[in-house]
Amino acid sequence: MPAWAETITVAPGEGAQERLQEALILAEPGDEIVLAAGRFALTDGLSLDVDNVTLRGAGMEASVLDFSGQQGSGEGLLVTSDGVTLRDFAVENPKGDGIKSKGADDIVYHAIRVTWTAGPRASNGAYGIYPVESTNILVYGSEVSGASDAGIYVGQSSRITVRNSVATDNVAGIEIENSRNAIVERNFVSRNTGGILVFDLPDLPVMGGGNVLVRHNLVASNTTANFAPEGNIVASVPRGTGIMVMANENVWVGQNLLYDNPTAPIMVIAYPMAFDDPDYNPYPRDVTIDRNMVDEGGTDPQIEGAESLLAAFGGALPPVMWDGLSAGEERATLWVHPDLPGWSLNLPAQGEGMAGARPGPLEAPEPGPAISTENWGAGAELEARIR
Amino acid sequence: MIRPAHVLAAGALALAAAVAFHPGAGPAAAAAAEPPRVNDAAVQQGIPRTLAAFGFFADAPGQVPAARVVPYRLNTPLYSDGAEKLRFLYLPEGTHLAAAGDGLPEIPVGAALIKTFAFGEGAGRRLIETRVLLHRADGWLALPYLWNEAQTEARLALAGARIDLVTPRGEAISYRVPNKNQCKECHGLDGAVVPIGPKARNLAQEWLAAIAARGMIDRVPDGADALPRWEGAADATGGAQVTLAARAYLDVNCAHCHRPGAMASNSGLDLRWEQRDPRALGVMKRPVAAGRGSAGLLFAVVPGKPRESILLHRMASAEPGVAMPELGKATVDPEGVRAVERWIAAMEP
Repeated sequence: MPAWAETITVAPGEGAQERLQEALILAEPGDEIVLAAGRFALTDGLSLDVDNVTLRGAGMEASVLDFSGQQGSGEGLLVTSDGVTLRDFAVENPKGDGIKSKGADDIVYHAIRVTWTAGPRASNGAYGIYPVESTNILVYGSEVSGASDAGIYVGQSSRITVRNSVATDNVAGIEIENSRNAIVERNFVSRNTGGILVFDLPDLPVMGGGNVLVRHNLVASNTTANFAPEGNIVASVPRGTGIMVMANENVWVGQNLLYDNPTAPIMVIAYPMAFDDPDYNPYPRDVTIDRNMVDEGGTDPQIEGAESLLAAFGGALPPVMWDGLSAGEERATLWVHPDLPGWSLNLPAQGEGMAGARPGPLEAPEPGPAISTENWGAGAELEARIR
Repeated sequence: MIRPAHVLAAGALALAAAVAFHPGAGPAAAAAAEPPRVNDAAVQQGIPRTLAAFGFFADAPGQVPAARVVPYRLNTPLYSDGAEKLRFLYLPEGTHLAAAGDGLPEIPVGAALIKTFAFGEGAGRRLIETRVLLHRADGWLALPYLWNEAQTEARLALAGARIDLVTPRGEAISYRVPNKNQCKECHGLDGAVVPIGPKARNLAQEWLAAIAARGMIDRVPDGADALPRWEGAADATGGAQVTLAARAYLDVNCAHCHRPGAMASNSGLDLRWEQRDPRALGVMKRPVAAGRGSAGLLFAVVPGKPRESILLHRMASAEPGVAMPELGKATVDPEGVRAVERWIAAMEP
């Protein structure tokens, strides 16, 4: 931090909107803006567009940016500059997304809370913590609940770490979408519709998601009925999904504890819908499901024909579910640890729904040697900022 | 109280405009007007606290421009809750625009774009804010200035403001004056601030010819004046005219964010005038980050089915988190909705 860096403290109360926004605009690189303890009643979205600024509160329960009365903007706080650190404050009830950082490289979210206080509702905003089109992102010790899409959502980005965070009561707890070189570890992900999603979607400027490590997470009781507005991809996620990998390459899922995810603790599938984007690969490739601690599996699956499936598999669907679709012979689709039973829908074709499904036991090779994760996750300099 | 001043101002504006457009007018006429000059130093450095510091106006409350400050209008304007918008271009002595196809002409350093937002008519007109875009050596700078109640002065409002007012259609709204960062949300492209409005395709041939005659642009750009005059465009008949109106509206109202390199690039939606790929324009394109904005609909644009199109749904909403555009709009633009609705309805499935 430069020697001339300033600390600017902003208190809640009369004129908080203008005072805080002015501080964010007039900040110089290296400055720290401190949110005093208390509740900031805000009418409009806030934004930060100065590099290397820290916005720090007095704690995620103490300093609250309250957007209950928000009248404009698509998010609570928007960050569009690089090297920003957001820490120790909360965002409540934004009308759209919580905190969005777009094209904002080298960003740290530390001990941030984003909450829609009425719990799961379709009228809540889409994403809680929302970095997009960025490189080098660390989300640490943060909490999101109530998002009508994904609590912690990282899109079209690379070098991402989401660690020690809590995602509850969202449609998707944590979602890594159209992104590469990501590590999702040591998070608590519960009471969502689906826990952790690793997706790639067509028709977007950045595609080709992959190199994602999902380990050491507690993914439990993701049994909230899906409350996403139809049309969004997560609206198709069945209630009771633990970890779901769709249309990604080189994904490693290991050492997670998965409990009470009654559709499928672990699901690996192709993009389910028809598409015509020639640059898009809809299939999972090189996905490893290593040793994970998993309960009996899909005891109450939200899948077409659930009753006969349960009967066929003896009361619970095996923990690993695959749709049976693959890119072809040249790329392996799936490796699964031998202790983990699985099943496959054995779908005959991508984009044609459940037509022609022939459910049966999963046959997949054992995981090979550990893969290199060099240059995955946020850089060490981001970790250093929160020590 | 201020009525006489306004009447005088209107007269002065007409005179100034006449001088501006007829450089060949006799020296006596020019001498009679002799408008004040712009403060180039304020355009090029510092952050003035008042609009007056720039000297863009001979009479700022009356919106009478100073020397080399030229009023202009856009064929199809951005919708701003029905605000009347007074637009001006300032070019320093010895500089000129350079034609660059149908897009933005090249604008020299030292130039400025000035836009005043007003509500009410005649003597009841109230100036709300004046936004300036200053072309400095290190790029464009956008600043908002808020007019006082007495209409005597506009002061810098870096953090923006909210003003209660009634729109021309009689809707009582809380009007949002954008903050400095929000200026960039719309004017940002590849990390820099750029002007949006005065693209050649959206400027009148006559105006371009007039400033060319004054030496303020090197020539009338190719592709100028292609967007329709908005008055009545939403109700135009004939397939080509319907398409023209909708595409012009989307280009002007949406494409500053919905294009590569801009604020909504991650949506994959590209609504620029020059875009020809139906999928990029939203046809049968699934949403990515629409959230509740999707309203349960599956695609941005469903040909022949405007009511099933997310794009139209969001245009037709004024609710934060759903409404598009996200900034600069508190009310729905019925004409814009009509134009886009007719375009989608006429599309072949």
